[in-house]
Amino acid sequence: MYVLEMHDIKKEFPGVRALDRAQLRLRPGTVHALMGENGAGKSTLMKCLFGIYQKDGGEILLDGKPVCFENPRHALDHGVSMVHQELNQVLERSVLDNIWLGRFPKKGMVVDDRKMLRETKAIFEQFKIKINPQQKIGTLSVSERQMIEIVKAVSCNARIIVLDEPTSSLTESEVEHLFTIIRALRAQNVAVIYISHKIDEIFQIADEVTVMRDGHWILTSPISAITRDQLISSMVGRDFSNMFPAKTNVPSDEIVLRVENLSGAYQPTVKDVSFELRKGEILGISGLVGSRRTEMVETIFGYRKIKSGRITIDGAPLVKHTPCESIAHGIGLVTEERRATGIFPLMDIQFNAMIANLRNYVRFGVVDYRKSTKDTAWVIDALAVKTPSQRTSIANLSGGNQQKVILGRWLLISPKVLLLDEPTRGIDVGAKYEIYQLMIDLASKGNAIVFISSEMPELLGVTDRILVMSNGRVAGIVKTRETNQEELLMLAAKYI
Amino acid sequence: MVESVVVLGDRKKRISAFLLKNALYLVMFFLLSIIVIVQPSFLSFQNFYFIVTQSSSRIILALGIASIIVLGYTDLSLGRSVGMAAIVASSLLQAVNYSQRVFPDLPRLPIFVPIFAVMILCSIFMVAQALVVSKLKVAPFIASLGFQLIIYGLQSIYIDRLNDSSPIGGLDPAFSNFAQGAIEFSSFRIPYIIIYALVASLIIWFLWNKTKLGRNMYAIGGNIEAATVSGVNVVANILAIYVIAGMMYGFGGALEGARTGSVTNMLGQGYELDAIAACVVGGVSMRGGVGTVPGVVTGVLLFQIINYGLVYIGVNPYVQFIVKGMIIVLAVAIDSQKYVKRR
Repeated sequence: MYVLEMHDIKKEFPGVRALDRAQLRLRPGTVHALMGENGAGKSTLMKCLFGIYQKDGGEILLDGKPVCFENPRHALDHGVSMVHQELNQVLERSVLDNIWLGRFPKKGMVVDDRKMLRETKAIFEQFKIKINPQQKIGTLSVSERQMIEIVKAVSCNARIIVLDEPTSSLTESEVEHLFTIIRALRAQNVAVIYISHKIDEIFQIADEVTVMRDGHWILTSPISAITRDQLISSMVGRDFSNMFPAKTNVPSDEIVLRVENLSGAYQPTVKDVSFELRKGEILGISGLVGSRRTEMVETIFGYRKIKSGRITIDGAPLVKHTPCESIAHGIGLVTEERRATGIFPLMDIQFNAMIANLRNYVRFGVVDYRKSTKDTAWVIDALAVKTPSQRTSIANLSGGNQQKVILGRWLLISPKVLLLDEPTRGIDVGAKYEIYQLMIDLASKGNAIVFISSEMPELLGVTDRILVMSNGRVAGIVKTRETNQEELLMLAAKYI
Repeated sequence: MVESVVVLGDRKKRISAFLLKNALYLVMFFLLSIIVIVQPSFLSFQNFYFIVTQSSSRIILALGIASIIVLGYTDLSLGRSVGMAAIVASSLLQAVNYSQRVFPDLPRLPIFVPIFAVMILCSIFMVAQALVVSKLKVAPFIASLGFQLIIYGLQSIYIDRLNDSSPIGGLDPAFSNFAQGAIEFSSFRIPYIIIYALVASLIIWFLWNKTKLGRNMYAIGGNIEAATVSGVNVVANILAIYVIAGMMYGFGGALEGARTGSVTNMLGQGYELDAIAACVVGGVSMRGGVGTVPGVVTGVLLFQIINYGLVYIGVNPYVQFIVKGMIIVLAVAIDSQKYVKRR
């Protein structure tokens, strides 16, 4: 009946219950959509399936028999395969080598290249993929590389294939091609778990849908028995008005940050970006994956090289366009990848809080720890960071508390402008609310905030205006009170 | 108008890409030109023959270490391994009528026995090193730094206890001939040593390109995560690569011992740096995952040509160091440009 069943899966991380009684039942020959907002626990559930995380409770049945995969390879041996969002490939090697890596066929002593080529070509033909198997995989586009991963799964005779947000960086025609491939897989009795945010896609491709929220299972239903609105409300699950704090900030007429015709030097980058940011204003930045929202704030901050354009802060133009200069002018940037470019994981909270502002703690060439201890205490207090002490390594905090320390880091520079790149990603709901509240409080005190987010409800709930990016350009700037999701989506597709 | 700008931009880009790709060879060519202008007689068959002969054992050693670099690792123990192999092989292959033999009662051994023995000996040390690197996750730089000291200590004790720290000489003529002999066609002679280098190159080329081990080596060096999730047994492959490198060091060491004819514990010192430099000049990326056998061979030859050329035109030896150092830095800088992320 079911090819895969996951029951009562539990998983805890320090300070966060990531999964609690999560479940999923998959029928052979179907496409099963797994939906939920960011942080709902979809990826965690899949990582528990593949043994990347060890589950703390629950059971997994494959063909009715309990299994516990130790690692992705072990899962693959049982016909369970996953195509990750971040493609894990050897870029300097050929398509062929990547598909057959780990199980090269041999003829005597040597690798049987002819057999590899023959079988690969057969699969390519079956799915109408026109890629030269001898080509270096690093030269292919993301969608092509994704197809190669699917081909790899197929060539392993996978019976279950998990696709993790496969369309997030694909164009429309590429999505069509992907769907053709998925339908062909289904016809061969392969079961597909399709993780996505995009509701339209789900109705096009899925047979069944499971919704998760905050680590819990919410519902499973045939796609034909559920409406769009039901799906959305089950994913969001809370009353819209309670999700966000009251908007108490009032933007003034005074312009703090002015960006004029900004273009970056190296691809991928932004082109001809202009906007103004007022004191006490929260400006949302919306756009699809690949619309270069991150590139925009990084270019403003001086982390990326600019080609042309003008940035003025309180009337003073930036000259050198380096992070140092930006910080000196009171611009702070909370980066998108907290782990990669936000925290110093081996260092304590105090180090992480003062690092952007070191020059203010140095007296006669030595760090004044009394002052930094006082300021860190303020950060912990003002942002309600849950931690045993200042000397705790930041890696031991939950994502939400780490993010608060990073925000505190920038508050210590007395910022005029805060650039926040997906500040609520991967943190739990309670911490999200606190960060919204903090943003509104800061704006009320006259700070100006640029707030990038992929979640439209939070943009609509927290911001004053929304700038929509499309393919590296500004597609429009709208007043939050006068817009809706449809308009934002339409603008996001403007230059594609 | 707009189009022509694009084309111009494209050409500019292509020219700079070409220059970047070939910068190293252009610099080498420039150096060579200077050498030839100063001493036109440098371009003689005799010199070429001499350079190739000199390069041969270096090619063997460079190919050994190249596999490790393609894995994304490095090995500083090459030089001392070579020294150990040379000492042990020579001590077992002294002429029976030589008065100061290390082992006076040792019968005359067929030369391949000790040569094979030192290949195994080097491999054993490499297995230990591979385990430290892959299982204990010690950075290869540090692991090999430790191993080269251990090996140096052991070989010094060996030569000190058994031979009063004096050089091991009086080698079996068959052993000397193994390194210094040649196949003769009337007036033309091909040294054995060139043939060894050729055979070693072919074997390594086969391993890298045709076998599973070679493909896995490139995959591990290119993206160890991808290799692991694809089910490549990373530890086993690393072990195999280290064993092969050990074999090459052992053979190269025996060859060096026979070639010099008088072996001390200083033999091999610094060879690892020459070998790594040749690999880098030959396009083996220190980031791992990239490198070819013809590249390594070319790297050794180019490096040797410049080396010998500078000596030939009588450049101050200290200045030679500077030139060599600059070539290495340039080589790595050019390699890095290919991977640097512009933002």
